[in-house]
Amino acid sequence: MKRTSKENAQSARKISRRALFLGGSQLAFAGMLGARMHYLQVDQADEFRVLADENRIKDRVIPPVRGRIFDRNGQVIADNEPTYRVSIVREEAGDVEDAIAKLSRLIHLEQDDIDRAVSEMETTPSFLPVTIADRISWEAFSRVNANAPALPGVLPEKGLSRIYPQYERYAHIAGYVGKVSAKDLERYETPPAVLKIPRFQFGKVGVEALFEEQLRGAAGTKRVEVNSSGREMREIGRREGNSGADIQLSCDSDLQDYVQARLGDESASAIVMDVTNGDVLAIASAPSYDPNKFVRGISSPDYALLRDNDHRPLASKAVQDAFPPGSTFKMLSALAGLHEGIIYPESTAYCAGHLEISGREFGCWKRSGHGRLDMVGSLRESCDVYYYELAQKVGIENIANMARRFGLGESPDIPMSAVSSGLIPDKAWKRRRHGQEWLVGDSVNASIGQGFVLASPLQLAIMAARLATGKTVTPRLVKSVNGVETPSGGGEDIGVAPAHLDVIRQGMFEVSNSRKGSAYRARIIADGYRLSGKTGTAQVVNRITKCTDPWEVRDHAFFVCFAPHDNPKIAVAIAVEHGCSGSGTAAPIARDVVLQALYGKTPPLEAYPAKDREEIEERQKDIEQKMRLGSGHQDQRA
Amino acid sequence: MSYLEFNTKYTPTGWRKILYVNWPLVILPCAVAGMGLLMLFSVAGGNYSTWAMPQTRHFILGLIAMFTVAFVPSWFWRNMSIVGYLGTMGLLLVVEVAGDARGGAQRWIDLGFMRLQPSELMKVTLVLILAAYYDWLPIHKTSRPLWVALPIALIILPTLLVLKQPDLGTSLLLVAGGGLLMFLAGVHWAYFGTVIAAGAGTIWAVLASRGTDWQLIKDYQFTRIDTFLDPSSDPLGSGYHITQAKIAMGSGGWAGKGYMQGTQSRLNFLPEKQTDFIFNTLAEEFGFVGSISLLSLYVLIIIFCIISGLQQKDRFGQLITFGMGVTFFLFFAVNMSMVMGLAPVVGVPLPLVSYGGSAMMILMAGFGLLQSAHIHRPR
Repeated sequence: MKRTSKENAQSARKISRRALFLGGSQLAFAGMLGARMHYLQVDQADEFRVLADENRIKDRVIPPVRGRIFDRNGQVIADNEPTYRVSIVREEAGDVEDAIAKLSRLIHLEQDDIDRAVSEMETTPSFLPVTIADRISWEAFSRVNANAPALPGVLPEKGLSRIYPQYERYAHIAGYVGKVSAKDLERYETPPAVLKIPRFQFGKVGVEALFEEQLRGAAGTKRVEVNSSGREMREIGRREGNSGADIQLSCDSDLQDYVQARLGDESASAIVMDVTNGDVLAIASAPSYDPNKFVRGISSPDYALLRDNDHRPLASKAVQDAFPPGSTFKMLSALAGLHEGIIYPESTAYCAGHLEISGREFGCWKRSGHGRLDMVGSLRESCDVYYYELAQKVGIENIANMARRFGLGESPDIPMSAVSSGLIPDKAWKRRRHGQEWLVGDSVNASIGQGFVLASPLQLAIMAARLATGKTVTPRLVKSVNGVETPSGGGEDIGVAPAHLDVIRQGMFEVSNSRKGSAYRARIIADGYRLSGKTGTAQVVNRITKCTDPWEVRDHAFFVCFAPHDNPKIAVAIAVEHGCSGSGTAAPIARDVVLQALYGKTPPLEAYPAKDREEIEERQKDIEQKMRLGSGHQDQRA
Repeated sequence: MSYLEFNTKYTPTGWRKILYVNWPLVILPCAVAGMGLLMLFSVAGGNYSTWAMPQTRHFILGLIAMFTVAFVPSWFWRNMSIVGYLGTMGLLLVVEVAGDARGGAQRWIDLGFMRLQPSELMKVTLVLILAAYYDWLPIHKTSRPLWVALPIALIILPTLLVLKQPDLGTSLLLVAGGGLLMFLAGVHWAYFGTVIAAGAGTIWAVLASRGTDWQLIKDYQFTRIDTFLDPSSDPLGSGYHITQAKIAMGSGGWAGKGYMQGTQSRLNFLPEKQTDFIFNTLAEEFGFVGSISLLSLYVLIIIFCIISGLQQKDRFGQLITFGMGVTFFLFFAVNMSMVMGLAPVVGVPLPLVSYGGSAMMILMAGFGLLQSAHIHRPR
């Protein structure tokens, strides 16, 4: 049909009108778009620039390399070993199940680990790696590495982890590290960023814990540019940190190893101290445990085994257990009497096997009595009645003062966990603690190291060292930090007349070297190696027990000594829980330890009395075998 | 038919047509496409073969298509419009039955030498058929309900097919483009008023129904609306992309970070960086200067479309020119609103810039229609 030109003109006008209206609207809209551009790119540019930088620039903490721990001869006690793990970044992997399936064709994956990783992924942002296989072998690691292009989102990672190549030998000393816990973080007002690195290792026990700051070192930082999935594209800047300080212990690994082996399966502890400078040459608690298990995360059955063992392998018995020290305390009671001028070396007492004091009967361990003894004799034969008499004259305050002078009743300054301060009671203490007056009977009990008196094996070793030198020897476990030697523990003069000390030393000498001495059977016959000691036995239950009674009720056995007698070099304390008798159980251990320490190797049989040699030879072979097995640990791993 | 009503003896023939080409509408799209190629080279990290090279091929083919279409008289295209429309509908049905699926949507037909996206084709053929329809329809019948219903059906049928792919962005563009063409053709205001009022009423009802017993849409759909209104409420979910897109733009500042220096796109913070979000890379690397320049080029294209339309006298020529102009405006306006956080993300490419063969070639052919109307206009 034909349109009239009028119609056409009208139509064109209408369309043009509407087109101009639309065109105007379009221009207005375009103007708004322009305004939006201006708002985003000019008005808000600074804020967005910051956001863009926050997007792409991340400061990553570089974990410092933890300082190592050595023994006095440079043997490694705590080391860092490279570990390999495989993580999955969900965002890059896309199909996680497929990635896991591919990965499990390359390396062995535990179903537990897969389940744990999958559930962990639900809570972590998708660009963060989640570990699926930890501590894999280098071979497995390199297999994953070689196939990395075919495994998007699978991240082979390398790290350092603590390893204790000495296994259980230093478990109680060096301790171990573990993952940072909430409790660890509570120690800091503002925890250092490095602690927030996943799987960062933090000292939990022992030197690792007490020297945490020094061992950890200072973290560095690097500024990196990351892409949207968090992968580092390039490094923009770097500030290096400092590795942790190396720590050298004063322990001698060979001796430590020997002592640990010598204690064997007993629930026992032993300390060997250098009396000249306080160096702790060996400090062992038996049984021990493998700290490496804790670093890797101990399984609950393994942990239950350690926790429920009645020999308490986890306890650091040398410093943490405090017992009534028994007869090893008698030296201090005697010295208190001498020092105060109340008792003289020649003072005698008659032992009839018991003594009645204010209507109560106190028995000597020897029911038949010792007869008349002087001070040296009382020490030699460990007569109790002599001290009952002495205690009544000297009084608790003098005895307590002397005990404190020799390091008892105060916490020894040693960087180990759960160090016990023991207890030296006095009148004020009893009033405060029990609300009762001090009785003569309390003094009597205290004088022979029973009753309220408590001391740890380490304190007894310190006491022995101080008796040997007449100086306030203090233990030194850490010989140097980062090459800087720590002050010697040689100490000052203790303020007791040498003549008085000599009496005590003579008594101790006769304990081990006189036919009547309580430790005569465990004597050393090599001249220049003779030891001076004191046995101790502490009741566990309130009755006389025999060595055939059940283990838990048997008496604790102690032996403290120093050697050689003429020129003391070392002090030794041995404590055997439920060991039954100081002379029978603890003294022979002490003798072996002393000889091993003084000779620096397996001592010749000639140092022992002839009739013991057969047994000793047997034991030496036994222990050598044990030590070899101990070091065999490492061979098994490799 | 209607051309016969005009004196067409001055209409150029043969090679003389070249002299009558609307050159601004050749140069401006080429300039925009050039910017697009530059950006595709950049987002590929300086790799020519990833996107820039294929897109150059698309552009050259598009240019050839444009001139081919331009030199064919516009009445031929008007007469062919019904064939084009039915053909495109057929292709949409083929996509529905045997299309290639990519990224969860079924949009492509593999033609061997290229992968055709019929929904892109429909954007142009819909304008063509509607322009032809209103050219054919006696003017006084334009606003009669029955004659309004017919073009609505022409719009709705392909829209439904596209919506089913699913491609929400293209569906919206088809409805909006078709609707605006009807408006240009002179359909009575009241129809549009009614539709706008009904739409607003629906939106109000949906929003008001939230949390009531008669809630009209699902909770997660409300969450999407929330995310659009405040992307920071879901920074790692769907709000993440738009947040990153805005950061890319904003951090460009006045002059940008420099060509190929855009950290947001280079480090993959931007989604769909070669297609829907390519504008953000441009804005990041060339800053406000770059983004306002591109917007200006687009606006100039619109202005030259309107100028060309005003020079024409016949209905078909006018409608095709204004219609293509409006459609082109919708393309970039929706994309830019989307990537600047002014509209929800619906997946609409930036015309002549985003990577994509069908869109580039079909749009260039669309400019060819406009040129054809310009060259063969009655004088």
